[in-house]
Amino acid sequence: MLNFFMLILIYSGVYALMAIGQNCITGSTGMLSLCHAGFFCIGSYATAIMCKVFGLSFWLSLPVAALVAGFVGFLIGVPTLRLKGDYLCIATLGLGEIIRNIATNINPVGITSIPRASLFGYQFASRNKGAFIILIWAFVLIFYILFQQLAHSRLGRAMTAIREDEVAAQSNGINVTKYKISSFVLGAAIGGIAGCFQTAYTLTVSPSSYTFMVSVMVLCTVVLGGMGNAKAVILGAFIIQFISYFQQLTGLTNIIPPQANQMIFGLILVVMMIWRPQGLLGRDKYRYGDPRTMRQKIAAAFQPRKKGGER
Amino acid sequence: MATLTLYIQYIVNGLTLGAIYSLIALGYTMVYGILKFINFAHGDILMVGAFIGLIVYEALLGTSTSPVWMMAAFFIAMIVSMVLSALLGMFIERVAYKPLRNANRLAPLLSAIGVSFILSNGAAWIFGTQSRRFPYPFDNTPITFGGISITPHQILMLVVSVVMMVLLAFFVNKTRMGKAMRATSLDQPTSALMGINVNRVISLTFAIGSALAAVGGILAAFDFRVYPSMGTMTGLKAFVAAVIGGIGSIPGAMIGGILLGILEAVGAPLLHIPNGLKDTVAFAVLIIVLLLRPEGILGKNEREKV
Repeated sequence: MLNFFMLILIYSGVYALMAIGQNCITGSTGMLSLCHAGFFCIGSYATAIMCKVFGLSFWLSLPVAALVAGFVGFLIGVPTLRLKGDYLCIATLGLGEIIRNIATNINPVGITSIPRASLFGYQFASRNKGAFIILIWAFVLIFYILFQQLAHSRLGRAMTAIREDEVAAQSNGINVTKYKISSFVLGAAIGGIAGCFQTAYTLTVSPSSYTFMVSVMVLCTVVLGGMGNAKAVILGAFIIQFISYFQQLTGLTNIIPPQANQMIFGLILVVMMIWRPQGLLGRDKYRYGDPRTMRQKIAAAFQPRKKGGER
Repeated sequence: MATLTLYIQYIVNGLTLGAIYSLIALGYTMVYGILKFINFAHGDILMVGAFIGLIVYEALLGTSTSPVWMMAAFFIAMIVSMVLSALLGMFIERVAYKPLRNANRLAPLLSAIGVSFILSNGAAWIFGTQSRRFPYPFDNTPITFGGISITPHQILMLVVSVVMMVLLAFFVNKTRMGKAMRATSLDQPTSALMGINVNRVISLTFAIGSALAAVGGILAAFDFRVYPSMGTMTGLKAFVAAVIGGIGSIPGAMIGGILLGILEAVGAPLLHIPNGLKDTVAFAVLIIVLLLRPEGILGKNEREKV
C-alpha cells in the first residue's frame, strides 16, 4: 500500500509538471491545446536516445529534452497559433496524433533498457521510489516557483492580456504572436521535461503510452484544479493519480473493476463542469500594480493594521 | 495500366470507407452548427450503437441460417440500434450539455470528454475489452469487374450511407422541423423569438446525429470489429472529415467524409510511405486545411467581431 502511495506521488509529480506546462498554454494565455502527449512523447524519446545511443547522463539529457520539445513546440506553434479557439484545439489534436503515429511507425516497441539516472554516484533505481519522489518534487517545486514569478513578469502580464482580450492586447502594443509562441514553447518545454522524468523512472519508452488520452488527462488535471492557478494544477495532478490507483491503494482490485475509476473520473468532469466550472481552487487572483517588493509585503503583513488602513 | 486499375481499386475502397466517415461526421457537424461545441462523446455513441446492433442481431438470428432472415435481422438490429442510440444521445444532451449552454466554451467540451470516458469504460466493464466479430449477414465474396473488386459489404456500406444522407437532406431542406433546425443554427435567440422550440430542436439534432453514428458504427463494425475503444479513432477521423468539409455545414460533412476516405486510401501509396502512416496523412490533411482555409470547403467564414 505504501508502495502504491509512493507510485502515486511519482506519477502525480510527472503529471504536475505536464499540467504546469499546459497551464502556461491554456490557463495563462487562454490557448486551448490538446497535444501535450506529443511534447511528453518527444521529451521521453529525446531522453531515451540521448542516454542510450549517445551515452549522455540524465542531467545532460534533461535540458536536451526540454530544448527539443520546446523546438518542436516552436515549429508547431508558428503556423497553428494563427488559429483561434476550437480550430487551434483541433489542429493541435491532429499534431499530437501525428507525433504518436510517426513514433509507432518508426518502432512500435519503443526503446527499452535505458541507463539509470545517477547523482554523485547514487543511482536512481526504479524500485527505490523515495529518491525519485524527492527528485521529481524538487523539480515540481522549482517550476512552480518559476511560473509563479513568470505570472508577475512582463511576459506573464502580456499572456494574461492576450487571454482576456486578444484584440485589446494587440491595440495596446502587445506583440500577440511573439507572446503566444513564447508561452507555447515554454509549455512544450515543461512537457518535455515531464517526459524526461517518465523515461528516467520507467527506463522504457513505448509509443502506446502517449495517446490522445494523455493530452486529455493533462487538460483535465488543469481544469479540475483550477485554470491559471499553479497550486491548483498540482493538487489536480495528485487527485487524478489518486483516483487512477485507488484500487491498488486500498487493495480492492478484485472488488472494483479497473474501469470504475475512469468512469468516476468522467463523472467528476461532468459534475465539475456543471457545478464548479472554475475548478476546485479557482483562478489565482493577482494584485496587479502592487509595486511593493516581496520583502515589503512580508514586512507589511507583520505590521499592526492601521485603523481604516488602506490594504 | 495495372497501376491505374490499382488506384481505381484504392479509390473504391476509400469511397466506401469515406461513406461511413460522412455518416459519423454529420453528427459532429450538426451539433457544432447549433451549439458550437465539439461533441467528443460522439465516437463513443458509435461504439454503443455497434454493440447494441451486434447484440440484437445475434439474439434475433439465433440458430437460423436462412439468408432472407439474416438480412431482415440485420436491418431490424440496425433500426433498434438507431432508436436506442438516439435516445441515449438525447439523454446525454439533457444531462451533461444542457446545463452548460450558457457556460464558457471549454465547459461543454470537457463535459463531453467526461461522457466519453463514462461510455467507453462502462462498455468495457459490461462487455469486456476483447473485440468481437460482427458476422456478415450475407456471403461476402468480392465481385470483380475489369480487375476492380468490390465486396457486397462495401456495396451495403455505400447504399445505406447514401440512403441515410438523402433522407437527412430531405428532412433538413424540405420539412418544417428541418427548417427550424436550419434557423436555430443560424441564430438561436432569434429563432426562439420566432416561436421555434429551441430545446426540442437541439434534442432532435442529438437524436439524428446519434442514430446516424449508430448506423456508421454497425457498418464499420464488419471491418473494424466491435470493442469498447473502437469509437475513439473512428470518431476522431470522422471529426477531421467534418472539419475538412467545413464544420457546421451538412453537405460539407458528406463531401469531407468521402474526400478523407479517398485521401486516406490513396495517400500512402501515392506518397510511397508505409501504410501505417495513413493516420498521419489524414491528420496532415486536417492541418493543411485548417491553415489554408480554416472554415473548410463549404463552411462560411465568420469574422471575429470586436
